[in-house]
Amino acid sequence: MTTATTHGARDHARAQDGTEVEAMPRIPAPDGAVWAETVAGGNYTHKVLARGTEVRFTDLEGDACAHVLLYVADRPFERLNVADTVKVLWNAYPGAGHLLLSDQGRVLASVLAADVPVETVCGTSTLARNTARYGDGSPHGASPAGRELLKLAAAKNGLAPRDLPPSISFFKGVRVDPDDGRLTFENSSRPGASITLRAEMPLIVLVANTAHPVDPRPDYACTPLDVLARPGTPTRPDDPLWNSTPEARRAFLNTADHLTARGIA
Amino acid sequence: MTAPKPQQRDVERNSEGVDVMSDVVVPARAPWSAVIAAGRSLTITDLGGNQAVDFLVYDAHDTAVRYSAPDTIQAQGNIYLSTESVLMSNEHTRLMTVTADTCGRHDTLGGACSKESNTLRYGHHTWSQHACVDNFLAEGAKHGLGKRDLVSNVNWFMNVPVEADGTLGIVDGRSAPGLSVTLRAETDVLVLVSNCPQINNPCNGFDPTPVRMTVR
Repeated sequence: MTTATTHGARDHARAQDGTEVEAMPRIPAPDGAVWAETVAGGNYTHKVLARGTEVRFTDLEGDACAHVLLYVADRPFERLNVADTVKVLWNAYPGAGHLLLSDQGRVLASVLAADVPVETVCGTSTLARNTARYGDGSPHGASPAGRELLKLAAAKNGLAPRDLPPSISFFKGVRVDPDDGRLTFENSSRPGASITLRAEMPLIVLVANTAHPVDPRPDYACTPLDVLARPGTPTRPDDPLWNSTPEARRAFLNTADHLTARGIA
Repeated sequence: MTAPKPQQRDVERNSEGVDVMSDVVVPARAPWSAVIAAGRSLTITDLGGNQAVDFLVYDAHDTAVRYSAPDTIQAQGNIYLSTESVLMSNEHTRLMTVTADTCGRHDTLGGACSKESNTLRYGHHTWSQHACVDNFLAEGAKHGLGKRDLVSNVNWFMNVPVEADGTLGIVDGRSAPGLSVTLRAETDVLVLVSNCPQINNPCNGFDPTPVRMTVR
């Protein structure tokens, strides 16, 4: 097929319609889903989600690592606060039944189910560190840094590098030695492991799928991440999660108070 | 009530006979900031004992490059700060190095108290109490920094153990009157400090006290 002419180039482009690869968004999302996508290792995605949406992240082959940031959709200066999340929950290894908190004392998302803990200590990788470790950390290279990918995802939502606070990650684990504070990396995932969040506010979700920053393996390794989101219902006062701890109850109350005042509870 | 103002003592030679750039006592509950040139050092002295000093540091010439708790933890493979710890930026560059520490262990995980998080941790009755985030916002605004520029901070002199099951909490401090930590600027930096006003947990011994900031 010639691409030497405009008509030939158009035919060539249009002939690609319907091509399927492993890592791509499935549009429209099938079976009532609102977001269905496989994210390649070393790539990123982002979505704006309605309150109540349940989003499941699945490690398809065992070496995905989803680096995640959450923002309130229409006021992104309210965003995930990892320090408040671990401090208010009294736990550095949040799992199912825990909450991901904003800097305003509200619940951005609850963790509905998790095969692995949420990693809250090590954040994501950087251009400088990936370049030192693997020879490259640029988004177009073979070992993209999480921060570089999140900068791109942020930019597509009108956000700048200064809008990127410390992020959380899913699937790889880090443990802190209770005596001396040293870190131990845990290759905690496996093919099919998943974690499911429920959006408790309208959210911007940024996701980078790239190797964990303290993964000790000398060669960069990251495999595809599946994302599947369905409409759902936010946590209500009759849900056991609402009253699971005093801190959770007050976080849900703060969230409801804010959304009620805005008329969007 | 008028908020107490930091007592600036611009002296060439301090009471120990050491030449200093500035030597300031930051009152209990107050913020403080300074631009510190590469190569200069900042000593933070816990005057009353067990006084948490919430601390952020930015590249003075590009404040989008700022302290990153995760990068600092990655770089040293440990959550606690002490002598030889390097405070790393979000671009994994060196901002400041701990050159001396008579306390021994400082927190990277607990972040700053805020009016908002106080409602979660203690209850809505704490809403009118002052908090570190308000100090950061008020002091940061003097340098063009806003809410987007606040990230997880260092807590000097604050004791936050992590148990084997992940349980973490602010517990009784390990500091004492006169203990100090000294940081060398690895590049020109802007330092933003909140002398923590928290009275609902032991981070300040339930009694916030002044701290001393000495830039040499």
